[in-house]
Amino acid sequence: MSDDVIKAEGLTKVFNHNLVAVDHISFSVRQGEIFGFLGPNGAGKTTTINMLITVLKPTEGHAYILGSDIVKENMEVRNSIGVVPQEYTADEDLTGYENILLCADLYGIPRNIAKKRAIELLELVELTPFKDKRVQTYSGGMRRRLELACGLINRPKLLFLDEPTLGLDVQTRTATWNYVRRLKKEYGMTLFMTTHYLEEADALCDRIAIIDHGKIIVTGTPDELKESLGGDIITLSIQKDVDITGLVKKIPHVKEARKENGSYLIKSENGEVTAPLIIEALRKEGHVVTKLSLTKPTLNEVYLQYTGRSMRDAEESPEAVFAQRATMRRARQ
Amino acid sequence: MSETNGHLNSRSKLHGLWALTNRELKKWYKAPIVFLLTLIQPIIWLGLLGNALNLGSLVSPSSFTIPPQVITQLQLTPTQINGLQQLFGNLGNQILQSTFGTTSYISFMAVGMIAFTALFTTMFSGMSVVWDRRLGFLNKVLSTPVSRSVIILSKVFSATLRSMFQALIILVIAVPFGFQFGANFNPLNLLGVFAMLFLVCVGLSSMFIAINIRSSRIETPMAVMNLLNLPLTFASSAFFPIDKMPTWLQAVASVNPMSYTIDGMRQLLIFNTNYTQLVWDFAYVGIFAVVLTTIGVVLSWRYLNK
Repeated sequence: MSDDVIKAEGLTKVFNHNLVAVDHISFSVRQGEIFGFLGPNGAGKTTTINMLITVLKPTEGHAYILGSDIVKENMEVRNSIGVVPQEYTADEDLTGYENILLCADLYGIPRNIAKKRAIELLELVELTPFKDKRVQTYSGGMRRRLELACGLINRPKLLFLDEPTLGLDVQTRTATWNYVRRLKKEYGMTLFMTTHYLEEADALCDRIAIIDHGKIIVTGTPDELKESLGGDIITLSIQKDVDITGLVKKIPHVKEARKENGSYLIKSENGEVTAPLIIEALRKEGHVVTKLSLTKPTLNEVYLQYTGRSMRDAEESPEAVFAQRATMRRARQ
Repeated sequence: MSETNGHLNSRSKLHGLWALTNRELKKWYKAPIVFLLTLIQPIIWLGLLGNALNLGSLVSPSSFTIPPQVITQLQLTPTQINGLQQLFGNLGNQILQSTFGTTSYISFMAVGMIAFTALFTTMFSGMSVVWDRRLGFLNKVLSTPVSRSVIILSKVFSATLRSMFQALIILVIAVPFGFQFGANFNPLNLLGVFAMLFLVCVGLSSMFIAINIRSSRIETPMAVMNLLNLPLTFASSAFFPIDKMPTWLQAVASVNPMSYTIDGMRQLLIFNTNYTQLVWDFAYVGIFAVVLTTIGVVLSWRYLNK
């Protein structure tokens, strides 16, 4: 058997016989990697996660988690995964410690083991001083960490994180990234996460899949995806108003050059090496470069390239909007 | 994380049932204000409604006097006047007895109130399903190895336990308000009352959960509550006996499971127990509970497995 932690084959979900939310997607997640699942609102991210965590049944296709079929062997799947939902699901009236014990009960973990693990997990997410305080009094970051602890109570081999840093401030977000990295490094855990923050995906994920309209458009490492855009962009201006595109295209590594609004846009691999070559070549021909800038493509450009620039306004259900607003509101408390 | 999950094999199919039930109950008993309000509510009801509708006082000997012209016309002696007053006073009690089956209206009403409170509490179990869905808790629980039926049963049991506790409180509070137990009341009858409440609460909350399990809008359970609340309460014997209602309302009330629940509890608490009637009450409520619980659990289970 392969060491794929998640293997999806033609996974499809159709709602009400006509709304295709997820359309025959296939992908695999390898042991020990952080896999990012990106896409606009309504693209099918949540539906895919819900199928993988056995909350929804696929209409068509199969998926295997650690070798178990998500439909036929759903109990095995549920035992081996952890889920950290986008929402804050902890009970406000209970303490952090009690909330973790409640999660333990859902997995049928005996009390004596559950108590030991709860103490360890509270230590891991740095909530030990607040363990006997009601969740009501927790800040957004503390709630998020508590959710993380709950998701780890059954010692999962695979952890699902849905928008783990939604609405959090920069400090808490950075801290959350560190937890995620630790889980991967120290516990060899595999993580499947969704996010809207592309710099987060870039910083954390080993591989990324971009999904839109229910289909996976592209999969790869963040660097591969950036390179797929055709390299860096060099923008330059010269003194004289003559066309130099033909000249520039002859320089090694330059893939594309065009004139736009009085300056030249040049696409090239390894822009920092190419830029001096361009200046040198132009100087030999008697041109004076007045301005030059170099842009490395970010995941933002990759994302917009693949999903387009149009906003997805009407595609979210009122339920999802409510949940998201509630999460953001509490994150900022 | 090398420790193995050896407990998985020894785990029962019903694991998580108490944890989830207790989670619902904690929202109530861990919130002092909510808990206090559930205690105060019956006092207000019994105090205001029970005393305002003190039908006994309407027909007591002191509530009317024989008109003076009647006394002069019939040339009544004071003893005769007194006797007549007594007669009319007893007549009042007789009317109460034949209408409500007891001379104490507050006792009659208190039992109705127990049923009414149970109805309300079970309606809220439908609401809590919607909240769990909206707040993402339902999805989280669905991703754990808890059985789907346990998720539904935990809601049913928490509403049932709550109702039974509230019933006890109403009874305790009703005693200083003048609650009169029936002539052949035996403390063991209380077990019968709780059995009756258990049946009706399990049936009702299964029904409300099944109605609301698909909904993610909090307005749905509210609308359902508003729609069903009044007919289920007032087209029953909760506050007024069925046989004194207009015929069309009698027809509704005589199929309403609330009527049978209330009658059964009255037979056990305040009436001279009519055992044939009591058995019939239990049979009706029992069948209602079994049918609705089956429908409720099957529908919810199906929906949660989509």
